[in-house]
Amino acid sequence: MFWASYLLAALAIILAWPAPIALSRASWPARAPFTAMVLWQSIALAGGLSMIGAMLVWGLEPLGDNLISASAGFIRILLDDGSAQTLGVVHVFAISAATLLFGHLVFTLALTFVRIRRQRRRHRDMLSLLSSPAANQPATLVINHPAPVAYCLPGGARSVTVMSDGLMDLLTQAELEAVLTHENAHLHQRHHLLLWAFAAWRSALPWLPTSQLAQHAVSELIEMLADDEALRHVDETTLVRAIAIVGSGALPSSRDALDDPLADAGRRAPEPAIADVSGGAADVQSIAHRVRRLLTPLPPLSRLQQGLALSSAGILLVVPPVLLVAPELLG
Amino acid sequence: MATLGDLERTVMELLWATPEAMTANELRDAIAEAPSGEAGRELAVTTVLTVLSRLEKKGLVERERDSRPHRYKSVTSREDHTAELMHEVLVTAPDREAVLARFIGSVSEAEAETLRKLLGSS
Repeated sequence: MFWASYLLAALAIILAWPAPIALSRASWPARAPFTAMVLWQSIALAGGLSMIGAMLVWGLEPLGDNLISASAGFIRILLDDGSAQTLGVVHVFAISAATLLFGHLVFTLALTFVRIRRQRRRHRDMLSLLSSPAANQPATLVINHPAPVAYCLPGGARSVTVMSDGLMDLLTQAELEAVLTHENAHLHQRHHLLLWAFAAWRSALPWLPTSQLAQHAVSELIEMLADDEALRHVDETTLVRAIAIVGSGALPSSRDALDDPLADAGRRAPEPAIADVSGGAADVQSIAHRVRRLLTPLPPLSRLQQGLALSSAGILLVVPPVLLVAPELLG
Repeated sequence: MATLGDLERTVMELLWATPEAMTANELRDAIAEAPSGEAGRELAVTTVLTVLSRLEKKGLVERERDSRPHRYKSVTSREDHTAELMHEVLVTAPDREAVLARFIGSVSEAEAETLRKLLGSS
């Protein structure tokens, strides 16, 4: 089983470092945001799986020829303290590390979920006191605030899009429609689930390059996906104008503008409680990417290129499980 | 039948609109006199007190301890609550001009020109 654990470790390292860096530097994701999104998800999943798998397979090595018989042996040791002599300290350490990492990932995912839900519930509570329904727009609320803000608050049947009256003053009817279609696309395409998973991934392993790059890339890609949806209803010019006005953020008269150092903008990762914020916090660089993409559209990836990217995503997902059971298959 | 949520909203709006603290009795009378159709109805004082204690738990309303009957007032103004909520959304609300400048700075010269034209044409 040794070679399988080494291959898994090699895969884990590639997926933790060079692969995400290469993908985050590539320019093609702007041309095929959906494909890029799939690839990021498979990098994160396969990365986690191979990290845990490598340690587990390595630690269980003395107990059996394959993962299944070795795990059975390990459970036997746990139950009646039988032949623990076969396991060295390093093996016990590797198994513990794998278990801890797995537990840590699951726990962080759950914790992030609870925190986001609590924050959303509080936000919804406050909205019910402070906002009023928009005229002739279902599931849309208007809040009294001078800053041009639009965002969506996911919550199943209670999902709403919120816009400020500052936004309504600044945008034309067509631009408002662009913003609303953009926000609704976030809700329909369930982007908050992606943001949740990648935010959890990042807070679980903040030191890992993948987790930071992935969260950043994913939040940029969902904006592009929502832009593409908005483009089905309005033309590029309208959308770009809307993005530029909303993206340029709050009015200077806003009380908060004084409280926060400008230098912080963009560097902080906002909590994904609110699936999308087309304003202020959205960092300037990603707004520039989005606008550039709309102003000078590049042709979408060819079928062959898309196929290649999607099949590498598929291979990434298949390889770690195969490596986990391969020693058994090969005898 | 209005839900507790609707009542919370009505009570908060009354408290936001009134500078001085109000008792549950005064609030009940104000709700009954309110011009809006759904709010204008008779409520038991206990209902108003339930709503007030919910709002107190949420940190929206505070009770003046010494007075009897208790008088209630809003913790901060409606505007402050909105600002706080928007702050949560924006995380940082940077200066508009500066951001636009940086934003335009990060696109190419030709793109910036197109953008200026777009933004100027309103």
